[in-house]
Amino acid sequence: MELITCRDLSLGYEGHPVAEHISFTVNEGDYLCIVGENGSGKSTLVKTLLGLQSPLSGELVKGKNATGIGYLPQQTPVQRDFPATVEEIVLSGFLAKMGMRPFYSKSEKKLAAEKMERLGVLQFAKRCYRELSGGQQQRVLLTRAICATENLLLLDEPVAGLDPKVTAEMYELIKELNQEDKITILMVSHDIHAVLSYATHILHVLHGSAFFGTTEEYLQSETGAQFTGGAAC
Amino acid sequence: MLAVMSFSDFASFFQHDFIWFALIVGVLIALCSSLLGVTLVLKRFSFIGDGLSHVAFGAMAVATVAGLTNEMYIVLPVTIVAAILLLHTGRRSKKLNGDASLALISVSALALGYLIYNFSGSSNLTGDVCATLFGSTAILSLTQADLWLCIGLSVLVIALFLVFYNKIFAITFDETFSKATGVKTELYSLLIAVVIALVIVLAMNLVGSLLISALVIFPALCAMRLFRSFKSVILCSAIVSVCCAVSGILLSIWLATPVGSTVVAVDLVAFIGFTLAGFLKNKRNFAKKQHTVNV
Repeated sequence: MELITCRDLSLGYEGHPVAEHISFTVNEGDYLCIVGENGSGKSTLVKTLLGLQSPLSGELVKGKNATGIGYLPQQTPVQRDFPATVEEIVLSGFLAKMGMRPFYSKSEKKLAAEKMERLGVLQFAKRCYRELSGGQQQRVLLTRAICATENLLLLDEPVAGLDPKVTAEMYELIKELNQEDKITILMVSHDIHAVLSYATHILHVLHGSAFFGTTEEYLQSETGAQFTGGAAC
Repeated sequence: MLAVMSFSDFASFFQHDFIWFALIVGVLIALCSSLLGVTLVLKRFSFIGDGLSHVAFGAMAVATVAGLTNEMYIVLPVTIVAAILLLHTGRRSKKLNGDASLALISVSALALGYLIYNFSGSSNLTGDVCATLFGSTAILSLTQADLWLCIGLSVLVIALFLVFYNKIFAITFDETFSKATGVKTELYSLLIAVVIALVIVLAMNLVGSLLISALVIFPALCAMRLFRSFKSVILCSAIVSVCCAVSGILLSIWLATPVGSTVVAVDLVAFIGFTLAGFLKNKRNFAKKQHTVNV
């Protein structure tokens, strides 16, 4: 089933396009990686997908299962010294579904505990977020994201600043969420090796055009060959 | 020279209504400002309180010159509009960054306010201006109507804060995430802006417009030295703020000092105390960690 369909999107600010001619489809269960050089419009695409910004032209259709996107943002300086417990942060993932109801229900608290258990952060539930390591913090934010959604996660450079061991664990975790929990993944990444080994589809954003296809198609393409430097050979 | 009164004189003050009015109003203002303060400090908006209070000062000048019996009719709407512009709309504009626009609005309002005061024809210009800037003894001469207005507004602020507590947390921690998942962040940041304006206008009564920032930031900073969850920081900040306000008001009566600056001085002492406590706590935790590592 189609979750997101984009046809000939142009993205940019105040009439100045940053990226143009972007077309792609995300189906349920896909693992789509979005790659591209700095400044090619990846972040703008992320904002557009999240509905924080509207496209200059083109069409962006979200399926009925794609209404709430679980989002793993890049960390901000504000968060690094924010006094909050892991539990408080994870629970805030439910807010969008609560409407005007002011407080969390018992079932939401229980669900939050289950998700924390699933991602291995339950032991930190009462700990302060800023005292955790970078990898643990990412897990907490990922837990919050899967509290906000059941089916679609958008990860913006999820391994930025993590050491190699923790990076590998993070990728395995994302893979599990994709394969076992059937969560569709959209991931922005610079890490081309991880992209090639985990993604089912690749969207390569370039100035003026974009490549979209499966990982095999990408490796055969000219764009892919250039960008990966023949990594697959 | 401080005119320190004897304890029996001091105690006799409590027979008067005005002391109780002042204490009630002081506690409520302290409570409101500390609740909002945590959000402002964490969002790096500490100076917003300062800027807004200067705008309120300008509006107060206009109200005084216009000869209004109740300045609130001008001060409240003007401050609310300024808060919405600064916190809500202004942040999206890329033409002027937040820092600069805040400083611009702040000093302009201060300068124009003082200019306008000069047209009031008051015989006690310096006194009027000083009272508005540093807080007056107005808090010790509140009428019953002032008291009810203050109670009404404070209850409104506290109720809004409690009802939207979780939303305020989410928006403070990560506005982008909240917006992306479908929380109406625009609405809530508008609400926060309005509530902050209310708090500023309320607090002008207690400490005057130059010192409001202190009420907003000190309790939050104190609490953050010691506590590590959002809830405990909010609670601690509220308690610290109320204790400082009460002891500040009582001290100012006892020592016959200006109310506003006494309250802020007590806040400063509390901040130094909390910083020391935080330092000791960290040191102990560090020692404990070292100990476990060695074992």
